[in-house]
Amino acid sequence: MIHISNLKKHFGAFAALGPLSFSTENERIVSVVGPSGCGKSTLLRLVAGLESPSAGRITLDGEPITGPDPRVSVAFQEPRLMPWLSVEKNVELAVWDWEADQRRQAVSAVLAKVGLTRFAQALPKQLSGGMAQRVGLARALVGAPKLLLLDEPFGSLDPLTRIRMQEHLIEIVGEEGPAILLITHDIEEALVLSDRVLVFRGPPASLQRDLTVSLPWPRERTSADFQALKALLLEDLLPQRIAASA
Amino acid sequence: MAELILKWLRTEPMDVGVQHQHKLLVGRQFVLPLIVPVVILAVWQIIGQLALVDPTLLPTPTQVLGEIYDMALSGKLAENLSISAQRVLLGFAAGVSVAIVLGALTGYSARWRALLDPLLQALRTIPGLAWIPLFILWLGIDEGSKVALIAKAAFFPTYLNFMSGIVRADRKLIEVGQVYRLKGRLLVQRILLPNALPFLFVGLRQSMGVAWMVVVAAELLGASSGIGYVLLDGEMTGRPHVVMACMIVFALAGKTTDWVLECVARRILRWQDTLAQD
Repeated sequence: MIHISNLKKHFGAFAALGPLSFSTENERIVSVVGPSGCGKSTLLRLVAGLESPSAGRITLDGEPITGPDPRVSVAFQEPRLMPWLSVEKNVELAVWDWEADQRRQAVSAVLAKVGLTRFAQALPKQLSGGMAQRVGLARALVGAPKLLLLDEPFGSLDPLTRIRMQEHLIEIVGEEGPAILLITHDIEEALVLSDRVLVFRGPPASLQRDLTVSLPWPRERTSADFQALKALLLEDLLPQRIAASA
Repeated sequence: MAELILKWLRTEPMDVGVQHQHKLLVGRQFVLPLIVPVVILAVWQIIGQLALVDPTLLPTPTQVLGEIYDMALSGKLAENLSISAQRVLLGFAAGVSVAIVLGALTGYSARWRALLDPLLQALRTIPGLAWIPLFILWLGIDEGSKVALIAKAAFFPTYLNFMSGIVRADRKLIEVGQVYRLKGRLLVQRILLPNALPFLFVGLRQSMGVAWMVVVAAELLGASSGIGYVLLDGEMTGRPHVVMACMIVFALAGKTTDWVLECVARRILRWQDTLAQD
């Protein structure tokens, strides 16, 4: 799947990321967690082709990623909808280069999948935060990408909507969906959704822990195993606080 | 036809449930703006009636409105207003057409901006009156120089606003376009231009206002028709009520064209989530 080798990113004298190396195989969702500003989003922008690496290489199924790539899609922290386009047209934007019939069918199918068929003609200003985020997700999924990058996609939602959206994400993506690289600062979100969690520290971003989450599905947030993993990740991210409370 | 245009200009379809709200809106849009002018007219009429100011300098509102009525009855108003409006619309169309093309070019491309913008900004600072002799020399005393003067004045507000709208496009939305491999013309067409439309309409309304201001200057300098010419004639023949009548006609004409542009903008920009759209 994704293979990242000796990846580095500098902004002038500032080293934002790397050297970083890791690979993913058949995991459905891999989460990247880490403190704010550690370089998680820089990794996402590099994989999305929005930034060029200063050194190193990113490949997807053996093919290098050197810029925006039809095999890779992104759902951002904010829905980033074009306010002048209807929900339908916003989703169509991701497949603008498809044949009209194919495009219409794909948009209609993905809107049904996220439960927004009735709102196809609505403008973004008429949507709630959760609905707008679902449109952003539909736009990211409509082109049937191999890899979906999610940049703290539920970070701006209220806690209840966030939990609903997390459950919804698993349903929407399903078994047939793309592999997901989820950038989040929410440890619980990472454990609820992921097969594997990569803990970053930085800047420059580097891998602190690579954790395979083998808890049964659906994840039970209150189970002892879940809480134990959460504590383990918290210890990585807040070592001083844990030490002080001990 | 007029009904169709008005229906199109209306941003939302009428709904029985919002009739009360609509009445409040009509009040806010049409009644509130009339209060201050009516008070001014009343005070002005009282001053005139009591002869507190020399009537040869300050005619009463009824004299001024009477003059407008007479001009309308004689056909002089329609004849001269249509000539002025034609000059304004031709100059406006020419000026903003060039402004939209150059604004898009300099807004999108840093190279074109570096090439053209400093020159255009330098030209912008030349006073409008300084262009008149040149335009008359180049284009003669007839319509050409008047339309060119209006076009030049209408150019800058639209150019500046449209260019700024494109330059200040939301980077986050551009990134969405980049993720989906939009670049060049497609990026401009699908993201940069729609995003800059609110700025464009601000520029268009300013250009239209400037065009009405400049038509007066153009008609004061060697015209034999148009409301500006009638205004000058009023001054030459010592009839202040004619001068004031022409000023009111200009104000109403300018306000009308601005209202049309505002309605078009409201319709086209109905996607905006702003206070003005509530």
